[in-house]
Amino acid sequence: MSDFEPVVVVFACDYCAYTAADVAGRMNLEYPAGIRIVRVPCTGKVDSLYVLRALEKGADGVLVAGCLDGDCHFKNGNLRAAARVKALKRLLDEINIGSGRVEMVQMSAGQGAVFAETARNFVATVQELGPNPIKHAASQAA
Amino acid sequence: MKSDSNLEKVLAGGHFAVTGELGPPRGANLEAVKEKAAHLVNMVDAVNVTDNQTAVVRMASWAVSLTIKEMGLEPNYQMVCRDRNRLAMQSDILGAAALGINTMLCLSGDHPSFGDHPQAANVHDIDSIQQLAMIKGMRDDGRFLGGDEIDTPPRMFVGAAANPFGDPFELRVLRLGKKVAAGADFIQTQCIYNLERFAEYMRQAHDMGLTEKTKVLAGVTPLKSGGMAKYMAKRVPGMDVPDDVVKRIASQPKEKQAEEGIKLLCEQIEQLKEMPGVAGIHLMAIEWEHKVPEIVERAGLLPRPKA
Amino acid sequence: MITATRKPMEEILKSVEPFSKILLLGCNECVTVCHAGGRKEVALLGAALRLGRLQKGLPMEVEELTLERQCDPEYVEELSRTIDQYDAVCSMACGCGVQTIAERYPSMPVMPMVNTAFMGASESHGVWAERCAGCGDCVLGYTGGICPVARCSKRIFNGPCGGSTKGKCEISNDVDCAWQLIWDRLKELGQTELYSKLMEPKDWRTARDGGPRRIVREDMAL
Repeated sequence: MSDFEPVVVVFACDYCAYTAADVAGRMNLEYPAGIRIVRVPCTGKVDSLYVLRALEKGADGVLVAGCLDGDCHFKNGNLRAAARVKALKRLLDEINIGSGRVEMVQMSAGQGAVFAETARNFVATVQELGPNPIKHAASQAA
Repeated sequence: MKSDSNLEKVLAGGHFAVTGELGPPRGANLEAVKEKAAHLVNMVDAVNVTDNQTAVVRMASWAVSLTIKEMGLEPNYQMVCRDRNRLAMQSDILGAAALGINTMLCLSGDHPSFGDHPQAANVHDIDSIQQLAMIKGMRDDGRFLGGDEIDTPPRMFVGAAANPFGDPFELRVLRLGKKVAAGADFIQTQCIYNLERFAEYMRQAHDMGLTEKTKVLAGVTPLKSGGMAKYMAKRVPGMDVPDDVVKRIASQPKEKQAEEGIKLLCEQIEQLKEMPGVAGIHLMAIEWEHKVPEIVERAGLLPRPKA
Repeated sequence: MITATRKPMEEILKSVEPFSKILLLGCNECVTVCHAGGRKEVALLGAALRLGRLQKGLPMEVEELTLERQCDPEYVEELSRTIDQYDAVCSMACGCGVQTIAERYPSMPVMPMVNTAFMGASESHGVWAERCAGCGDCVLGYTGGICPVARCSKRIFNGPCGGSTKGKCEISNDVDCAWQLIWDRLKELGQTELYSKLMEPKDWRTARDGGPRRIVREDMAL
């Protein structure tokens, strides 16, 4: 288990989390190597399907990282994303993939340290959950 | 006379009528019914026998009605639209009439979601006003709702319920008017604690000429405790319990609250006796049947007129 | 529109247990509008089904397709050349669509993926509410355009019952009292005299009570 390095897809809003990730880089703050950042114009653009596709393709976890409440550049894209993540969590529990593999997080553009810490914490959580169960099943089936 | 109903006779005689209420048991046990009913003999002119009240299954209203009839009481057979379609209603009405039930009350019925079978389909083939008109048609025109002739029409004295305090308030008297137009011989109202507001309702009903066409019995319920008063005030939809009524009961020491409730009730009955258009009271002493003799005695309603 | 909601995944997964290759079939009509079984929902359920089956170690092939209309033989005919390659069709259409497929393809199992709910309208984004019970004899002209059959919990024609409180139905504060709405609208329209008229017992033959219903247009039937 200890050598399990989760692959975590982060859908990061251009106005906050994406910049925060950049800030974290410039501050030389470490975050796990398995983090894959996908820049989106707003978390409101993150379709539930993007999250499911990421999991289908083998991601061990998905973070949707948007702006703080009230700060969305498009008024409430972050709130819509949060509502979708809530529904997705229910669905993932229903199919035994587990709701813990998806989270909505919020931060501002300047919070490089918050990004790094959030990423570390989430990766640690996913590490505990173990690899995406479909990978094990797929390897068995093969 | 439209029927052999004792209630009809009492009302026609110009007496101030008194009706009581009895809830059938949740089992096939008639002894409990007889015990409760015994308290009401010679105390009231008719006894409402509820029909699966609050949408909880209980012994059939007609069965309990017949039982108390044998004890010398006049049953007021209640029938809700929730559980029967027009076929079932009419056959039950014929059966009831044939076996000597002379008085009926038409009701919508509480929604099944309140009861012990929330999974049930609710029927509502016809509504309570159409049900009134149907029974009147069976009696007066000797015809089933479907139009066929009835060889021996049921001679039923038929009534309806009214809630003077439901919403929207302006519709309450208008809807009473519809019930009268449909054929309600009498009306029993929901429990009344706000007599001022009820007097206004009665004034409107009187102005519309409704009190000449039907007999209104004002619903009353003794408040057994301050807790009950608060519950009725806050929790029961469509119930208007003024603050001073709650205060009056709740301010008494616990052991005196029931007595204060009866005192208040007797005062209310005195006021109702004087209120124009009020033809009697419908006394709903829920699980307090044994107190009915004391209440009617103290309210000066005894002896009841002999049929 | 006809509204629907997706069945619980547990039930869905159980219903597809015997199959290893399915056609997940959406419909571009009502269920698309109410976000229950259009292209988007087909894609989501497809992903969820693949994930759910992989998690169990029983991978399943899920082909996704959305027909223009599943309740019309013309569109259902499209499947005739390809349907044999699947173990089953999993339909995200309403019950009408599911049955049209079943009728056209007698030997193909068809599983419903949604629970068909009611005929309703959209109240706001993501909220649909029942508006019509399809009783076959519309009374909206007498009731201020608000239906007592579909919207009164006791389908009362001479309402409201004693349970109406502050504009809400006795069954829940989330349900409007249809008769309060009717009365308010009749006042607005200056048609309160319509209320005073006794509404006669309804002839339910035009509703489901007269047996399964059918419309035959002789000017159109071939």
